[in-house]
Amino acid sequence: MFLINCPFCGEREQSEFKAGGEAHIVRPKQPTELSDDEWAEYLFMRKNIKGIQFERWNHVHGCRKWFNIVRDTSNDQIKAVYKMGEKPPVKQND
Amino acid sequence: MTNNLRFKTSKFIDETYRVSFKFNNKTYFGFKGDTLASALLANGIHLVGRSFKYHRPRGIMTSGSEEPNAIIQLHDNSSRTEPNVRATEVEIYEGLVASSQNCWPSVNFDIGGINNLLSPILPAGFYYKTFMWPASFWEKYEYFIRKSAGLGKSPKVADPDIYEHKYIHCDVLVIGAGISGIMAAKMAAKNGFKTLLVDEKSYLGGSSIYDNSEFSKINNQITSSWLEKEINEISKIENLEIKTRTSVAAFHGYNFLLARENLTDHLPINQRENKVRQRLLKIRAKKVITATGSIERPLIFDNNDRPGILLSSAIKKYIDLYGVACGENNILFTNNDTAYETAMSLIQKGIKINAIIDNREQIDSKISYEVEKNNIKIYKGYTVVDTYGYRRIDKISIMKLSKDGQTVIGDKTKLNCDCLGVSGGWTPAVHLFTQSGGKLKFREEDQVFIPDFYPSDQISIGSCNGDFGLEEIIKNTLSSIKKFLDIDNSEFKTVETISGLNQSKRNIWLLPSDKSIGKTKSFVDYQNDATAKDIKLALREGFRSIEHVKRYTTTGMGTDQGKLGNMHALGIISETAGTKMGEHGTTTFRPPYTPLTFGTIVGRNVGEFFDIFRRTPIHDWHVANNAEFENVGQWKRAWYYPKDNENMYQAVQRESKAARESAGILDASTLGKIDIQGTDASEFLNRVYTNAWSKLAVGKCRYGLMLNEDGMVYDDGVTTRLDENHYIMTTTTGGAANVLGKLEDYLQTEWPELDVYLSSVTDHYATISVCGPNSKKIVSKVIPDLDLSAEKFPHMSFKNAKIDNIKCRVMRISFTGEHSYEINIQANFGKSVWEKCMEAGKDFNITPYGTETMHLLRAEKGFIIVGQDTDATMTPIDLQMDWIVSKKKFDFIGKRSLYRSDTIREDRKQLVGLLTENPDDVLEEGAQIVADVKKTPIEMLGHVTSSYYSPNLKKSIALGVVKGGKNMLGQKLIIPMENKNINVTVADPVFLDKEGERLNAKL
Ligand SMILES: [Zn+2]
Repeated sequence: MFLINCPFCGEREQSEFKAGGEAHIVRPKQPTELSDDEWAEYLFMRKNIKGIQFERWNHVHGCRKWFNIVRDTSNDQIKAVYKMGEKPPVKQND
Repeated sequence: MTNNLRFKTSKFIDETYRVSFKFNNKTYFGFKGDTLASALLANGIHLVGRSFKYHRPRGIMTSGSEEPNAIIQLHDNSSRTEPNVRATEVEIYEGLVASSQNCWPSVNFDIGGINNLLSPILPAGFYYKTFMWPASFWEKYEYFIRKSAGLGKSPKVADPDIYEHKYIHCDVLVIGAGISGIMAAKMAAKNGFKTLLVDEKSYLGGSSIYDNSEFSKINNQITSSWLEKEINEISKIENLEIKTRTSVAAFHGYNFLLARENLTDHLPINQRENKVRQRLLKIRAKKVITATGSIERPLIFDNNDRPGILLSSAIKKYIDLYGVACGENNILFTNNDTAYETAMSLIQKGIKINAIIDNREQIDSKISYEVEKNNIKIYKGYTVVDTYGYRRIDKISIMKLSKDGQTVIGDKTKLNCDCLGVSGGWTPAVHLFTQSGGKLKFREEDQVFIPDFYPSDQISIGSCNGDFGLEEIIKNTLSSIKKFLDIDNSEFKTVETISGLNQSKRNIWLLPSDKSIGKTKSFVDYQNDATAKDIKLALREGFRSIEHVKRYTTTGMGTDQGKLGNMHALGIISETAGTKMGEHGTTTFRPPYTPLTFGTIVGRNVGEFFDIFRRTPIHDWHVANNAEFENVGQWKRAWYYPKDNENMYQAVQRESKAARESAGILDASTLGKIDIQGTDASEFLNRVYTNAWSKLAVGKCRYGLMLNEDGMVYDDGVTTRLDENHYIMTTTTGGAANVLGKLEDYLQTEWPELDVYLSSVTDHYATISVCGPNSKKIVSKVIPDLDLSAEKFPHMSFKNAKIDNIKCRVMRISFTGEHSYEINIQANFGKSVWEKCMEAGKDFNITPYGTETMHLLRAEKGFIIVGQDTDATMTPIDLQMDWIVSKKKFDFIGKRSLYRSDTIREDRKQLVGLLTENPDDVLEEGAQIVADVKKTPIEMLGHVTSSYYSPNLKKSIALGVVKGGKNMLGQKLIIPMENKNINVTVADPVFLDKEGERLNAKL
């Protein structure tokens, strides 16, 4: 079970949090302008990397805030935690 | 007690304290300090059970948690019964009752033993190959397999014991209190680390604590004496907590570990009352030191499973720790020096050793010379090829090994014995290390896997790290702990060791025999009866990955997880396939290391604490008025209120009629309520609901449908505009938490620019819904100051009001199609307002109704229930609710998905009404809907989602989803049931008062 350093509350047990999938997928500003394929790309396509992954997490049983983490999925090490809207402090290599 | 098997020399046994216990209905005696296994052995009992598949007689093989055979049932037929307990771990107490498992009618005569004779036709994968075909026969086979197999019996009554969970945070956790663990704990604690030392045994010191040999000394003292002093010293260190009888079950990432602490299992039953039996420790350690030791390997040869065959280290432990001889005519069989230590222990007690069979040609150690000096015949370069004796070993035959160790040569010699000690060297106990994500490497010299890569702040020391010699253990423990903890002070000034053993070993995974492999039974996994032959067969049949071989042969899949034989399985695979060890992977050791009781896992979360119940403020009234309850999420909701001897159907029919004919009252407090405030609240609602919200006037209510981004219906409910920038949203009872989470998600991540604040107020208000033609009269009595005229208070509007000076919100909204009011008041006044309504409604036969009637009434009106009439595949268009989807709005959650190629398909499942040909036939919810039962395979068009007998319409009504149902109005369909086909007609889902006359009637 991870320890996650919530940017608002500090280090807490993983059981207080909920994972929210891949980070930095921005909802299109004008969905109606998009083709089926483009919309499907936003709606369904997610990365599942063995290695460095950028993820959204929510401190559901705490401050209820959403934030991002950078996690190495091969060993669950959390490389960084940062607030929504902030740039990832670790480089994304894909 | 057979006196010649017990030696009164052990300080671990209290010979003044005699303990009586029962095994298979016979009374025996042992001493305080005995395990069930040592006490049985002292009574000359080896045969304790039958094997799983062939029902072969099996005896005690080890002296610890790795035991594969001696698994017993404790206290059969009592509330404290427990199956699959290892006799080697049970500390005896007065009144203990144990029985053999997996044998019928008795351990000495077992009917399943016939499987042993049938074994030529019971090869690996037999169950898969035979019983799975033809598939329809499986159910019949299964009955007999389950009856004759099975490991123990599960308890039939509630567990009377108390269990609990406890969190522990420490700087350093040391797992295992053998010599290296004791040293590590001392170093950590003395250097200021808050340290926890745990060991699964009842005593500290591991196997060194009974090492009284002259051949291994520390600082010129006998190992056990040196260690005793150290243990004495560490027990006084303040920041060191020591827990014995504590077994680490799981080692997870981030140094999170689970351990089971046994508190009362060693006490007589009558001393356990009101005490916690077992505790699950949830340990979060900054640093972990694993010192779990190693497990002696057996040797794999024909018939290596008879009672009386034990690990040589177990024989040593039984004599040195418990003062019990496992046999009177011993033979030791080894490929390394370990067995000579056992030999010395036996010699010291004057116990007869007939011979030592050693795989090695050359043996060159002080201890072996000493053994030879005692006139013990050592057969060098020999192997055991077979054993004899049904319920207990009585003979072995041996032959000379060829140079390459692949075959046997020369003549066969038979030797008598009643006990055979085997040693195949040692396997580091890396189970916890690998559970934590650690990677192993293979060390060729002595054929062991040892820790290589550590995934967290942890280290392995001692023999679990592959250090087997005393000198190595001590030297490496000191240096690696210093480095690991970054300390200079080791607490150990000089430690000099002497050891008479050397580490040479002749490793042969599968010992050769003069028989062909097909005729041998060389067990690799004793508990699951997997043999070397089975593994070879699996390879011949094409299995390569160890995980596949494991499942096919069931090797390592017993309750012991193959602690003894897994290495041999790997060895035989790599030898047979001609590959390197580890190339086919190593098996994954999964938690728990040793089995946990269910009690330990659930702790205090039993009975009413298993899951919390949420009760509405009016709950007590429902209880007092005979309500039956339904669980909705965690809520207890009043389901129906049976009167006299009514069943559910009768009660619901009565309640439903009353609500439409006069007045009904419903506790709707469980509906999710979200308070929404902020200057952008209207814009926010525009984006999350499918319909438009900007123009909703203050004081008005509106029904909204919320979608997922994929266009599927997610939740629904009425939202009221309380003020310019203030709304209260209601959600479904079950969806409340998820809706709040979803809205927060969008607010925080997609639209942080919106000035909107959300708060859950579900628990803050009681919600009472009064409906029916007389509802207006009732509410006017309860709130006389409120103008209920249709002009002032029309349908879908809201008013602030006061009841006895307490503020409340009243909405005119309806989920039944009747004229109705919803009173929202501070939760603690809920019950009194409910009672006021009941009082005011007395003259109008006001009838409390529960969720079942609510469901029926809304179904008459064709209102959907999200989650019942929808699953995650229904769009609003599928629900025929096009009217609620705004065409004008630029965007809302899920809008774009409503015209994806998939969502605009005409043949999607769509919501329709269903009327049965016979109005008394009530459909079953979930029943399939088809058009043609003659053409096979019958095509399924959909299923029934809601179904009731409507007392107001006097006929059966149902909702269902049907492929292309929108265009099937009036069409005949069939609901095929077990004993008849029910004919139905597709109908409009609104069955009652489509024009809304009841709602708008002037009352
Ligand atoms: Zn937080």
